Amino acid sequence: MDARILSVDALAAEIPDGASLAIVRDQGGAPMAAVRALIARGAGNLHLIGVPVLGLSGDLLIGAGAVRLYEGAAVTLGEYGPAPRFVAAVRAGKIALKDSTCPAIHAALQAGEKGLPFMPLRGILGTDILKHRTDWKTIDNPFAKSGDPIVLLPAIKPDVALIHAPKADRLGNVWIGRERELLTMAHAAKTTLVTVEEIVDGDLMADEALAPATIPSLYVAGIAETKGGALPNAMPGGYGEDAAAIRDYVRSAASEAGFEGYLARLGISRKRAA
Amino acid sequence: MSVQGPARREEILIATIARLLEGLRHVATGASSPIPGAAALLARHRSGGRLRISVLGSRKNAPFSNGGVELFDIAAQGRLDAFFLGGGEIDGEANINLVGTGDYPRTDVRFPGSFGSAYLYFLVPRVILFREEHTKRVMVPRVSFISAPGTSPEGVYRPGGPIGLLTGLCWFRFDRAKKRFTLESVHPGVGVDEVRAATGFDFDCPAAVPSTPAPDSETLALIRGPIGAEIAETYPAFAERMFGTKAA
Repeated sequence: MDARILSVDALAAEIPDGASLAIVRDQGGAPMAAVRALIARGAGNLHLIGVPVLGLSGDLLIGAGAVRLYEGAAVTLGEYGPAPRFVAAVRAGKIALKDSTCPAIHAALQAGEKGLPFMPLRGILGTDILKHRTDWKTIDNPFAKSGDPIVLLPAIKPDVALIHAPKADRLGNVWIGRERELLTMAHAAKTTLVTVEEIVDGDLMADEALAPATIPSLYVAGIAETKGGALPNAMPGGYGEDAAAIRDYVRSAASEAGFEGYLARLGISRKRAA
Repeated sequence: MSVQGPARREEILIATIARLLEGLRHVATGASSPIPGAAALLARHRSGGRLRISVLGSRKNAPFSNGGVELFDIAAQGRLDAFFLGGGEIDGEANINLVGTGDYPRTDVRFPGSFGSAYLYFLVPRVILFREEHTKRVMVPRVSFISAPGTSPEGVYRPGGPIGLLTGLCWFRFDRAKKRFTLESVHPGVGVDEVRAATGFDFDCPAAVPSTPAPDSETLALIRGPIGAEIAETYPAFAERMFGTKAA
């Protein structure tokens, strides 16, 4: 069965307002073209999940007013500094937060992919993260002779995993390389939407070297070909980041007006106010 | 182009961290950590290759094949001896705050977030706290948000924790039983009074505090040569500023 090949705008239209949406960190090849398409379609009320942290993708979505709730271990532009619209939105109380820690995001997605209600995780005890995560519970390890408190995390099952990858075939198989969390995200999510650098002929699953790093078409609801789809972020194993473009964003997004000007310069006009 | 002259502050920090890593099997460095990354590369060089290092963000020096979760899994497996954590705020009991100041969630100043600190601080035996900025804004009496606690009560599974705090001014050793820092050395040109004036928490201080050893000329040449070239793969901006290394 052939995959559904869509335009990036049509792909973004498949993500409904209010959806929980998982996106990988900037360094993992973030779906930046799809994020811009989401903003252009005026997406709103999203529960955005950073796997396990976000950078430019998260700051753009938050700045555009598309996000109701952010769940993740951080939002930062790394060497380029703080994420300006995230910081402003937190200070203004414009987004709700589920502050987490990186391995908790990974473990909760693993619970999701196994169809388990929760996953235990070491650490976390005595933190203010735990104090504010009323959805997390602490129990005593039932296998210990006594005591041994351990934190339980409810499974994360995103409505959508939005992924950018190096290549897909026309059957809908997606080669992800060494970014294994993309596989976990696809397993845990109800549906996975993918942009790729290129769509290739043949069957990626038929290649013994590629198959172990491939998301089978089983999980994939739609694919859009977007060459340079991670820019201005880097694409692992592909191209480097566009430092000048990221610096331009950092300068622009220092104010709300500057952020709107940045979107306008990219030619993004929102269909409706978020 | 090669850098000349006496050791600069960053080079003293790199050499100091490398000494703290002597004799270990495996050290990893996290996001935005050029100085620990360079120190790990130096320590590996010194160990004759016995020290395994994992520099997050590097392709050549991050031998993982199971995605972002693998660093955390190897920590839980006991395969990671040392890691680095920082914080927007650090207090005298080694609690660290990576979330923000003021009333959560509407913090006045929002930091990026806790990353893996709430987990790795518990599981990695030798966590080196590292923060170049040593001011009362960072070194506070009590953090406003605990991303990860310096110590845990009896009965909490915690094979890991802090061994000390390295700043732009000094090196503090941490005593987990006493829950206190001791000033162990001040960097060349820094006085104990200066450290005291810049620190918002109490710490123990011996009558005479030695100076942090500056790297010898051979170590300095290593840092400015092969180590600078190697760290440029992951931190090109840092390598260019420090060592004049041009990105390949």
